[in-house]
Amino acid sequence: MSIEGKMTNPRPILQFLSNQTIEKIITEARDILCKLGVEVHNEEILSMLHDHGAKVDRAKRRVLLTTEVIDKALKSTPCSFKLYDVLGNETNDFSGYNVHFTPGSAALNILDAKTQDIRKPVTKDYIDYAKIVSQLKNIASQSTAFIPADVHEKISDSYRLYLSLLYCEKPVVTGAFTVDAFDIMKELQIVVRGDEHQLASKPLAIFSCCPTSPLKWSEVTSQNVVDCARFSIPVEFISMPLSGFMAPVTLVGTLVQHTAETISGIVISQLTRPGTPVLYGGSPAVFDVRYETTPMGAIGTQMIDCAHNEIGKYLGIPTQAYISLSDAKMLDAQAGLESSMGATLAALAGINNVSGPGMLDFESCQSLEKLVLDNEICGMVLRLVKGIEPKEDFPALPRFEELLKEQHLLISEHTQKYLKAELYFPGRVIDRANRARWQEEGGLTLLRRAQQEVESLVENYKPTRLSDTAKVELTRLMSREARRCGMPSLPETTV
Amino acid sequence: MDLLRRISEALQTGSIEKVATLTKQAIEEKVVPRDILDKGLIAGMSVIGDRYKKHEIFLPEVLLAAKAMYAGMDILKPMFLKDEMPTLGRVVIGTVQGDIHDIGKNLVGIMLRGAGFRVIDLGKDVPPERFIEVAKKENAEVIGMSALLTTTMPAMKKVIELVKKEGLNGKVKTIIGGAPVSAEYAQHIGADAYAYDSINAVDCIRGLVQKP
Repeated sequence: MSIEGKMTNPRPILQFLSNQTIEKIITEARDILCKLGVEVHNEEILSMLHDHGAKVDRAKRRVLLTTEVIDKALKSTPCSFKLYDVLGNETNDFSGYNVHFTPGSAALNILDAKTQDIRKPVTKDYIDYAKIVSQLKNIASQSTAFIPADVHEKISDSYRLYLSLLYCEKPVVTGAFTVDAFDIMKELQIVVRGDEHQLASKPLAIFSCCPTSPLKWSEVTSQNVVDCARFSIPVEFISMPLSGFMAPVTLVGTLVQHTAETISGIVISQLTRPGTPVLYGGSPAVFDVRYETTPMGAIGTQMIDCAHNEIGKYLGIPTQAYISLSDAKMLDAQAGLESSMGATLAALAGINNVSGPGMLDFESCQSLEKLVLDNEICGMVLRLVKGIEPKEDFPALPRFEELLKEQHLLISEHTQKYLKAELYFPGRVIDRANRARWQEEGGLTLLRRAQQEVESLVENYKPTRLSDTAKVELTRLMSREARRCGMPSLPETTV
Repeated sequence: MDLLRRISEALQTGSIEKVATLTKQAIEEKVVPRDILDKGLIAGMSVIGDRYKKHEIFLPEVLLAAKAMYAGMDILKPMFLKDEMPTLGRVVIGTVQGDIHDIGKNLVGIMLRGAGFRVIDLGKDVPPERFIEVAKKENAEVIGMSALLTTTMPAMKKVIELVKKEGLNGKVKTIIGGAPVSAEYAQHIGADAYAYDSINAVDCIRGLVQKP
């Protein structure tokens, strides 16, 4: 081993909670689940929990879990899993402190590129989005980022997945809005993978499943958890306690609730099919009692996210959080500061799946311009967490002899070897020119540079390598689903 | 011609030995030396300059290409009679009096040579008279001055005044660069141009020597 090999430095890690606090939070959460229970609006799940020894009050749809059930579920939860793109190549390894970014999901609005005002997104917006994400190096997966308004609402969830699979090779973070939608969303994935078995062995999508605070599971989301488990499709649990409103005002109190809600989801998932891959995720927020809003860019929100990730890690489960996004209404300084602060904290905390890039306005608005900026933020923080390691730096004398002899190290072999691995060079969205060059290149504002980047990415897009047969089949299935919902044909799409 | 294209491509990838070998081959195959220079080496550097401006490549790649260019030039030189090596122009460069910061100036020199200029580098802390003396002796078209300190900037003005005094105005163009100077300052002291970085300097000087 070289001298440098012995000098591995620790990855920078952010930690808020002591093991003692984590254990106390988990104990209290378990206590709540066993004594106050959780409300589940799903007969099938109530029966399943009853069969496993939980005490069920069918009239109130309330279930009191047992420590045995909780232990069993936590024990069978995988400590890691991977995602694979449409071609079957591994893209995401949810383990340890690995960090992967994915765009914020399911926005109702898009910030129009030209007017910079919100409007309802349509198919073309979604296709542009997929084309862009496919080229963003620091965004590991796509999410079904917003909801096209030009299709029937009954297919607005599956249609997003369809467009994603058609236009981008990256795996997808998605979710179903109804119980029925799960089937078509599963079928679309099977078209890409070939069969159920291959889909289970190489997951293509994660479904977000959200309990309702406090301590409630609706029929749709709980059924989605069950359906995903049956096909071994990974789920991320998105508990959303609101500090000071639908959760205790303190961060620890909110964490207790988040832990209880998330464990209840894990129980449903693992009792259905032990070993189903899950992410210990969430989208908690502090509640702003001045505006009645749920700020995702608030430092308190971000602290809860990092801390619930610590609890997930303690339980040995890979993690997720809605962080690295902003409540600003446009691509302004607030958008940049909240998103970069969140991304930095998330990466330092080692949150495995970081949701948020592109998102504004309390998770209600996606901006493609912000997405390309956020891609740079992600690039910077991914470099950050690689930390500082010696790279043929010792002994230092020869390098300095070279420097004094050549008067610069711009083309030294050491520079050529490590330049791009050691230093992160952002794309043109980030201004690094001197003033004169910046002026000569148009004196562009951040927004204008981002708009140009969006235009350039859409223009330079190359169709995915998914087979034409699969693409045709995806379209056939989606068209059939549209007709079933009363839409004679799908909006025009051209690859 | 395929060989010239290969020289250009080898240069663009910074393959020093390949450029040297291909240049030798071109000479052996009786390709006109001027074509080897213009359509092989300088054509390659021109592509590199454009790609750098478009942010497709970084400075080290430009410098490596320049190094490959020199390798080709060294082999090509004996093919021309003494002092007849074709050049886009002769440029005298230096860091002005009182200033010893020469990193930027050195980069400009590398880029200018890479673009096909003959560069006479006077080094750092260069007295104003020395710029004039050498420009006259070398029949230079351009004097390029660099400064990093606000305190040494006025030395640039002295050089420009000497250019006028010596009757070289119009014949010898002046260009300035360096962190504290600007296009406005260039105008203020009567310099013909200002460059904000080394690649920009090449463009500006190309413009200066082409002007009547």
